Amino acid sequence: MTQPVEKKGDRFIIPIGPQHPALKEPGHFEFTVDGEMVTDATVRLGYVHRGIEKGVESRNYVQNLYMLERICGICSHTHAMVYAMGVEKLAGVEAPPRAQAIRLIVAELERIHSHMLWLGVAAHEAGFDTLFMYSWRDRETVMDLLEALSGNRVNYSANLLGGVKFDITPDQVKDILEGMAFLEERNRHYLEVVMNDMLLLGRIRGVGTMSKADAERLGAIGPTGRASGVARDVRLDAPYGAYRTFKPVLMLAETGDLEGRFNVRLREIMDSIRLIREAVTALPEGELTTRMPRRIKEGETVSRVEAPRGEAFYFIRSNGSEMPDRIKVRTPTIFNMATVLTLARGHQLADMPMILVGIDPCFSCNDRMVSLKRQGEEAAGGDAVAGPVMTWNEFRKAVMR
Amino acid sequence: MATSLLDSITAGLKTWARVNSPWAIHFNSGSCNGCDIEILATLTPRYDLERFGIKLQGSPRHADVLICTGPVTRQAHDRLLRIYEQMPEPKFVVAVGSCALSGGVFEGLYNVIGGIDQVLPVDAYVPGCPPRPEAIIDGVAKLLASLSNPGPKLSTPASGAPAESAPAAEVAEEVV
Repeated sequence: MTQPVEKKGDRFIIPIGPQHPALKEPGHFEFTVDGEMVTDATVRLGYVHRGIEKGVESRNYVQNLYMLERICGICSHTHAMVYAMGVEKLAGVEAPPRAQAIRLIVAELERIHSHMLWLGVAAHEAGFDTLFMYSWRDRETVMDLLEALSGNRVNYSANLLGGVKFDITPDQVKDILEGMAFLEERNRHYLEVVMNDMLLLGRIRGVGTMSKADAERLGAIGPTGRASGVARDVRLDAPYGAYRTFKPVLMLAETGDLEGRFNVRLREIMDSIRLIREAVTALPEGELTTRMPRRIKEGETVSRVEAPRGEAFYFIRSNGSEMPDRIKVRTPTIFNMATVLTLARGHQLADMPMILVGIDPCFSCNDRMVSLKRQGEEAAGGDAVAGPVMTWNEFRKAVMR
Repeated sequence: MATSLLDSITAGLKTWARVNSPWAIHFNSGSCNGCDIEILATLTPRYDLERFGIKLQGSPRHADVLICTGPVTRQAHDRLLRIYEQMPEPKFVVAVGSCALSGGVFEGLYNVIGGIDQVLPVDAYVPGCPPRPEAIIDGVAKLLASLSNPGPKLSTPASGAPAESAPAAEVAEEVV
């Protein structure tokens, strides 16, 4: 389906967003089209930029746990976990084994919830609303489990600095195992539907194909990269917490198209179910928390976690006070966004929502900062350009349309 | 005499139609997605918002109810106003989630203006971080009930409300 596009005839620019039925979150896209074919694409992000990275510098470490959890409502546990792990590393403290296992269980439940959510949204964009309704109905099983464990459906607040907030009782283990059995059966069915339904395959097979070389070049990570054969998963490459004991299986696809991404995510759900089963049956005994100092020693650290969408990366620098000196957040979507703009070329306009949703974009995660490049200036190695600083008016003109 | 009778009948009809099939539009002006996925969850089989006749609609020009999530960020501010102005009268605003109510945890950040009511007149507030789907349905249902049974105003128009668009709370009174 991908073919080189010749530029001829009239071309139009179609603006999409920031409010658009195909976008659940605000982002602005401009597609240059030649007839139905997209020849170029640009994106403007930042509608959800709130200034969290600056805000955390004036709040203490405990307050920041709740602030950073709300970077993203879908992978909220990931953000809290990667931050807590980083601060624990700085303080020279390690969470007890039971706490780490509970973190893993919640993280994998979150992965299931995130991937099933994605399955529904992607099916909806393909016009397959039946699958959307079914997958969201079954997703409620995970939401119920998360609510039973933590008391909230979204933003679970499972983490504390130095441990977790709640325990998993034997009754809850039983519920989790029952839920997993149900979800496993349903997901096997969805895998069958996605791999065999000709109508859906017509929308996803061969659409948005990204070669492994392209994926490496564009820095695709997470399931988007794994669908193109990029064998990268932080849980395996740099095991953290309970992932040292409970090993996930790397899910890869070679096709690189949307079908591959469906395949990888659905198989990851199956693997998460296996991991949760192993973890709840072999839950280590012991304390839930360990003592954390209020002031964190001076120093800096890097902390990485595999979020449902790819690698979440935190840089934390402490100056010895109650508040962090600097926290830099790097989330997967911003890297995968580059693949959307590249893949858009040569596809029909009607495929754009599918290609965008294919990376499972999370705008609230990626609207981290504004990096400006003036016309004609080249950024060295993707870093911010060192050059004349913009005046406020220039900045406003360039950014706030 | 006859015209006023006709007017009251058509007004009653309009309210009846409005209460039974409101079309809603959803805009995220800086939310963390938590509220958005719960709004989406209200449409799915377990909660099934459509049984109240409520339909989530893509275009502001077809919508009666604007469901807002998240604090208002400086970039989203102009767009939020534009969407509100594109909606036909009468229009109603539902603020969903702690951030939409007051800015929530994001209160005071450099790019956050505050809650939705700093920018638009809000008719119904749904608290929670995020509110449960039941709470969102309850908020919308309460808004609809207030249309057919006029009670005390749910909100006062915000000081920063756009001058050219009539505050929704007043419109609600005209309708009933």
